[in-house]
Amino acid sequence: MTASSATLQEADRLMTVCNSCRYCEGLCAVFPAMEMRRSFSDGDLNYLANLCHACGACYVDCQFSPPHEFNVNVPQTLAVARAESYAAYAWPRALSGVFERNGLVISLVAAFSMAAFILGFVAFNDPNLLFGVHTGPGAFYKLMPHNAMVALFGAAFVYAIMALIMSVRAFWRDIGEPIGARADGGSIFQAIRDAGELRYLHGGGVGCYDEDDRPTDRRKLYHHLTFYGFLLCFAATSVATLYHYLLGREAPYAWWDLPVVLGSLGGIGLIVGPIGLLLAKTRRDPALLDDTSYGMDVGFIAMLFLTGITGMALLLLRVTPAMGPLLALHLGAVFALFITMPYGKFVHGIYRFAALVRYAQERRHGLNG
Amino acid sequence: MAQAFRKTPKNGVRCWTEGMSSKYDVLVIGGGNAALCAAISARRAGASVLVLEGAPKFYRGGNTRHTRNMRCAHDAATEILTGPYTEEEFWDDLLRVTGGETDEELARFMIHESKDILNWIVEQGVRWQPSLGGTLSLGRTNSFFLGGGRAMLNALYLTAERLGVEIRYDAEVVDIKIEDGMFLSAELKQPVGGTTTVAAATLVAAAGGFEANIEWLREYWGEAADNFLIRGTPYNRGSILKMLLAKGVQEVGDPTQCHAVAIDARAPKFDGGIITRHDSVVFGIVVNKHAQRFYDEGEDIWPKRYAIWGRLVAAQPDQIAHIIFDSTVVTSFMPTLFPPIAGDTIAELAGKLELDPTALEKTITEFNAAVRPGTFDHTVLDDCRTEGIEPPKTHWARRIETPPYLAYPVRPGITFTYLGTRVNKQARMLMKDGRPSANMFAAGEIMAGNVLGRGYAAGIGMTIGSVFGRIAGREAAKNARN
Repeated sequence: MTASSATLQEADRLMTVCNSCRYCEGLCAVFPAMEMRRSFSDGDLNYLANLCHACGACYVDCQFSPPHEFNVNVPQTLAVARAESYAAYAWPRALSGVFERNGLVISLVAAFSMAAFILGFVAFNDPNLLFGVHTGPGAFYKLMPHNAMVALFGAAFVYAIMALIMSVRAFWRDIGEPIGARADGGSIFQAIRDAGELRYLHGGGVGCYDEDDRPTDRRKLYHHLTFYGFLLCFAATSVATLYHYLLGREAPYAWWDLPVVLGSLGGIGLIVGPIGLLLAKTRRDPALLDDTSYGMDVGFIAMLFLTGITGMALLLLRVTPAMGPLLALHLGAVFALFITMPYGKFVHGIYRFAALVRYAQERRHGLNG
Repeated sequence: MAQAFRKTPKNGVRCWTEGMSSKYDVLVIGGGNAALCAAISARRAGASVLVLEGAPKFYRGGNTRHTRNMRCAHDAATEILTGPYTEEEFWDDLLRVTGGETDEELARFMIHESKDILNWIVEQGVRWQPSLGGTLSLGRTNSFFLGGGRAMLNALYLTAERLGVEIRYDAEVVDIKIEDGMFLSAELKQPVGGTTTVAAATLVAAAGGFEANIEWLREYWGEAADNFLIRGTPYNRGSILKMLLAKGVQEVGDPTQCHAVAIDARAPKFDGGIITRHDSVVFGIVVNKHAQRFYDEGEDIWPKRYAIWGRLVAAQPDQIAHIIFDSTVVTSFMPTLFPPIAGDTIAELAGKLELDPTALEKTITEFNAAVRPGTFDHTVLDDCRTEGIEPPKTHWARRIETPPYLAYPVRPGITFTYLGTRVNKQARMLMKDGRPSANMFAAGEIMAGNVLGRGYAAGIGMTIGSVFGRIAGREAAKNARN
């Protein structure tokens, strides 16, 4: 089979080298999945690329990595292939170009939506309201009616979900044999566990390789903080929505109330995690990185950080005149995060999860399961 | 000395820049498994240790970078080993592969010590894993390194550095001063810094064999050596071995012999490692440059057949041969680095291999006619054989008749050499007159010939390296204190 892009051709070459060696089989899921195949279609290579967690162990352990003439650099090649696969499977196709200049697009969208919320608050309200002090239930909704908020964010969220589903559906069809094979519950449960503990971001047990050949668990820790921080914030919003509609209790809530506790813990994760990930990225050996996706990676990290920091600031300063502008900034950040989700680094989690489901299936039932 | 050393900074730069005046308890020459085990065990015993690795950092470790497992005796199954492998069974295997060319006392001692190495090496940071895909036959006897030989080396180097062992790369030793069986100092040449003298109380030589030294190989093999491919790095030149033997150390092992397997002729001259190997001989026939068969391709099962084909090809004109098979068997063996060369007819294939098409057609026609019916099973010595041709193919013989026809060109791939320095159970070198050296020890391939005078068993080189490396380091440290 002939791969269709230069990146996939290189990935194909590397998998042929690796499949005749197999020393890395115990390090992660990529190599056992590779061993189930003798040749590699584009779908296979995109699957392996998304199965790779970029721990770097196979590069440090490889006797054929550069400067060896076989020039085997699996983490970098699969990182490039991964980024290209996001664009290849993007829905709608017309927006796949967003991935190429992702950092720029995301900054523009973020700046624009934050500005839009501030202007919107001013335009639809008395300008004095923006800098007024508002407390008690429904304080936020003096600036933006709850129904407007729900309509706007609901629409953005539904769009993001739909675009993600369409994209991952194309990916799943491409990597699955037979076409469109259904995932079984056991495989999904296995993939949830593998993703939840970042089982394969671990160098086969010692940690990731960042700036040198000393393994560390730093990236795994910061990723956990970021991911679980994000989930906690999402849970906070969900609980608050239930409060609003089921119990008729309106935000803001007291500091001890569940939405605030969840949101605060999540917010701390979303501040500390992204900073750690960004620092780890800048310190990492460039040989392991795909430098063309630097903007996309940093853009996503920055959006998460911005969401966390504006949320925390809003919590701390909500009884002061800064509440209005901070609410606008926070809503702007969250809105930008939502609508850029299907066209940025966020998708890595979705594709990787799908690849983990596929891998669990292959392990349980063989290639045609 | 040892006390003073501990106070120097972790990287030991200060000690090093003192140049001539610096004196170490233990100088280790080499940078592979044996060298690092020696350095770590000496350092753990309190000695100051300097490791001189002749290769640049990426190529550190000699043949260790291409290894993947170690053969250690064990009385019960473990997490990664499927069953017991007793000392007695290990000894039987060693006796069989060497045809008796081994020092029984030393070999049995090594086998006994190998039991503890399974744990000791883990304490040095190396991690095990179950046998790799395609190597199930080794699952009971051999422990595999998680991530392979380079991962194993990386772990040993990290441990050595953490303990305060000093390590220099690109550090070529150009001379060794020995007086009356006693090591005095080594002349070190580095790309930056020129030549320096390094004095040490003891020496551990763990610098491998001479398999990458084509000129030396030519002394025994003539011009054929020019067509050999070397499976490891170009740094295994045997210069330390040569110096030691020239300065009164007793030699062991047949200098003319080396371990060779058939590897792809398209492999690089050096360092192609394990991925260039071919083990598809049993699925077809092997012809030389005159398109003639020359040996029974079905003689024996792995690993014996694996180990003989390098030498067989080395004996053929221009040291080239071609494994020829047809499209029915391509998925019967592990995927290969280089794809097979293909032709829709025998003549087309012959053209691509630069063989005489008529001769190849004749060889294959005669072979096909000689194949007797049987039940094919590549895991046992089956009953598929030829009759009436010379040489016969005594097992796994099936007609080559389904196009496309396929071939792998192969050359001898030199893995290691047998010539070494004689040692005793302390890993202490013996001088030509039989006396033990005052302060010189050897470990690894440089002394493997004591135990493995001939033949090969998977993973045994690493056993020799770790067992004697650990002992050499410990004994050298003890020696330095006295």
